[in-house]
Amino acid sequence: MDFATLLQILDSTLRLSAPLILACLAGLFSERAGILDIGLEGKMLVAAFASGAVAYTTGSVWIGLLAAIGASMALSAIHGVASITFRGNQLISGVALNFLAAGMTVLIAQSWFGQGGRTPSLFGGARFEPVTLPFAESLADVPILGPIYADLLSGHSILVYVALLTVPLTWWVLFRTRFGLRLRAVGENPAAVDTAGVSVVGLRYASVAIAGLLCGIAGSYLSTGLQAGFVKDMTAGRGYIALAALIFAKWRPWYALGACLLFGLLQALALRYQNLDIFGIPLPTQIMDAAPYILTVVILAGFVGKAIPPRAGGEPYVKER
Amino acid sequence: MDVMPRWADVILVPVISIILAFAISGLVILGIGENPWDALTTMVSGALGSTYGWGYTLYYATNFIFTGLCVAVAFHARLFNIGGEGQAALGGLGVALVCLAVPWPHWALALPAAILGGALFGAFWAAIPAWAQAWRGSHIVITTIMFNFIAAALLNYLLVNTLKPQGSMDPATARFPEGAHLPTLAEMLNPIGIPFSGAGPANVSFVIALLACLLVWVLIWRTRLGYEIRAYGHSEPAAVYAGISPRKIIMLTMMISGALAGLMAINNVMGEAERLVLNSVEGAGFIGIAVALMGRSHPLGVLLAAILFGFLYQGGAELALFTSIPRELIVVIQALVILFTGALDNMVRMPIEALFLRARDRRAAKASAEPPAGPEAKTEPAAR
Repeated sequence: MDFATLLQILDSTLRLSAPLILACLAGLFSERAGILDIGLEGKMLVAAFASGAVAYTTGSVWIGLLAAIGASMALSAIHGVASITFRGNQLISGVALNFLAAGMTVLIAQSWFGQGGRTPSLFGGARFEPVTLPFAESLADVPILGPIYADLLSGHSILVYVALLTVPLTWWVLFRTRFGLRLRAVGENPAAVDTAGVSVVGLRYASVAIAGLLCGIAGSYLSTGLQAGFVKDMTAGRGYIALAALIFAKWRPWYALGACLLFGLLQALALRYQNLDIFGIPLPTQIMDAAPYILTVVILAGFVGKAIPPRAGGEPYVKER
Repeated sequence: MDVMPRWADVILVPVISIILAFAISGLVILGIGENPWDALTTMVSGALGSTYGWGYTLYYATNFIFTGLCVAVAFHARLFNIGGEGQAALGGLGVALVCLAVPWPHWALALPAAILGGALFGAFWAAIPAWAQAWRGSHIVITTIMFNFIAAALLNYLLVNTLKPQGSMDPATARFPEGAHLPTLAEMLNPIGIPFSGAGPANVSFVIALLACLLVWVLIWRTRLGYEIRAYGHSEPAAVYAGISPRKIIMLTMMISGALAGLMAINNVMGEAERLVLNSVEGAGFIGIAVALMGRSHPLGVLLAAILFGFLYQGGAELALFTSIPRELIVVIQALVILFTGALDNMVRMPIEALFLRARDRRAAKASAEPPAGPEAKTEPAAR
C-alpha cells in the first residue's frame, strides 16, 4: 500500500465518518440527558430526504439544509412528546420513528417525484461543493505534509468540517457550561435537578431538540454532500453504527470522534477492498460490515473496560406530588 | 390502584390507539393525493376477498404470529427483544441445514426435525445477548440490535461463500429435497372438499403457529416457569426475594423467545421459498414488535394482530399493484401502530382513566350522603 492509496483511504474515512460523528453526538446529547434514542437512523433518513427534495425544488442546498433540520426536529418532537410528556417507552418510540421515517420518505418521494422513492439527481447549487482550504494548492508540492493538507484535509464539503468542529463544541457545552452540567445531571439524577428548581422536562426537551438538529445536519450531508440526491433507505444502518460508536465511546465526545473515525475507516476499507488480506488470512468484506457491531457487543459485555451508561437513561421522570 | 375496569384496559385502550393509528394512516393516504376509502376496499378485496388472497394473508400472518410471540414472551419478563429479525434469520439457517442434510422421504419426518433446527438456531442467537445481559450487565436492546446486523453479515457470508451450490450465481442454497415440501393449505383442504386456491403460499406451518400460541399461553399462565417470568417482569427485587434467579429467567425467556422467532423459518424458508435466500426474513422480526404491542403480549391478541398485519401486508401488495400507492404504506401503518399502542399508550390511557375516575366519583357521591372518597382517588397517580 503506497502513500497515495493510504491518503485516499483516509480521505474516504473522513467523508464516511462525518455523518457518524454528527449522529453520534446527537445521541450523546440525548442520552446524557436520560433519553435513549434509537431513532437516530430515522431522523437522519427524513433529513436526507427533506434536504434532497427541497434542495432539488428550490435549487439551494442551504434551504435544503434548513428543511432537513426541520424534518429531523419534527421527529425529535414526537420522540419528546412520547417519552417525556407521556412517559412512554423511549425504545419503542425510537423503533416506531425509524419505521415512520423509512415508510414516509418513500411514500412522499414517490408522490412528489414519481421516480420510485428517490429524488432526482442534484447538481450545481443544490449540492454542497467541496471546499478548498486556504493555500491548499500552493502547499500541495511540499513533501508528505503537502498532500496530507491538500488531499486529505482540504476538499471536503463544508458539513465535514462542521462535523469535526461539533466535537470540541459538544465537549465545551457539556463540560464547561452551566447548561451542560445540568444536562448531565438530569441524565444521572433528575430528582436532584428538580429539587434545585431546574426544569427536568425543559432540559430533556432541549437535549432532544439538539439531537434533532445534529441528525438533521447529518442527514443533509448524506443526500447533498456524500451523494447527489436521496435514495430509499440511504442511511443504511448508519444510525445504529452511530449508536454503537456512542457506547464504544462510553458517552464521551472526544472518544466519540475516535470511535466514529474507526468505524468510518472500516466502511472505507470495506468499500475499497472486496477481500482484504491481513497477514495472509483473507478477511471477507462481511467481517468488515459486522465489525462495528461485534466490537460494540464486546465492549458492552465489559471485556474491554466497562461502558456505564447515564444512570437515569430510559426512565421517565415522574415528579413527586 | 385499578382505576379502570379490566375490559377498558384490555380492549378499549388498544382499540382507541389502533383507530388513531389508522385514522392518521388515512390522512397520510389523503396527503399523497389518493382516496383512503378506495385504498381500503382494494386492500380488503385483495387480501380477504378470495381464497387466493387468504392464502397470502395467512402465510404472512404465520410469520407474524411467530415473531409476535417471540417479542411477547420477552415482554412478560420486561425484556425488549428487538432481535427477532436476526433470530429468525438464524432459524432459517437451521431449517436449511436440516432440510439439506438428509434426503427426507416425507414432510411428516422433515417438519419435526426442521422445527428443532430452527428453534435451536434461533434460541442460540438469542442466548448470546441474554448471557451478556444476565452475566455481564449489557443492555439487551442494544445487543439484540447489534446481533441483527451480525446475523445479516453472517448469512451473507455463508450464502455467498459456502452454502451456494457450485456454479450458481445466486446467493442462495440449493433447493430442498422433494420430501421436505410442506403441504399448502390448498393441498390440505381440497381433499376434504373445501375449495382453496393453490396459488397462495400458506401451508401447514399456520397450524404449527396456532399450536405455538396455545403452548405460549400454557407456558405463561399455567406453568411455574411462566409464573416466574411474569413475577420477574413485574418486579425484579420481589422475584429475587421469592427465590427466583434473574439469570435463569433472562436466559430461559430469551431462549424461548429466540426459538419462537427461529420457528418462523419453517413457514418462509421451508414452506414458501424451499431454499434459503438472502434477507429471507424481510422485516417480519420487526413487525413482531408491532404485533406483540397490539396484542398486549397475549397469545390470542398476538394471533389477531398477526392476522391484521397479514391482511395489511397482502393488501399493501395489492395496492402497489393496482394503485400508485407504494408498499411502504404498510411500513407507515406499522410505525403508527407501534407509536400509538406502544410509546403513546399514556396519551390514550390518561384521559380515559380520568373519565372513569370522574364516573366513579359521581357514582360514589350518588350512593351515599356522606362526602365521597373522591379527593383521595383523584390524587392517585395515574402513571405506573
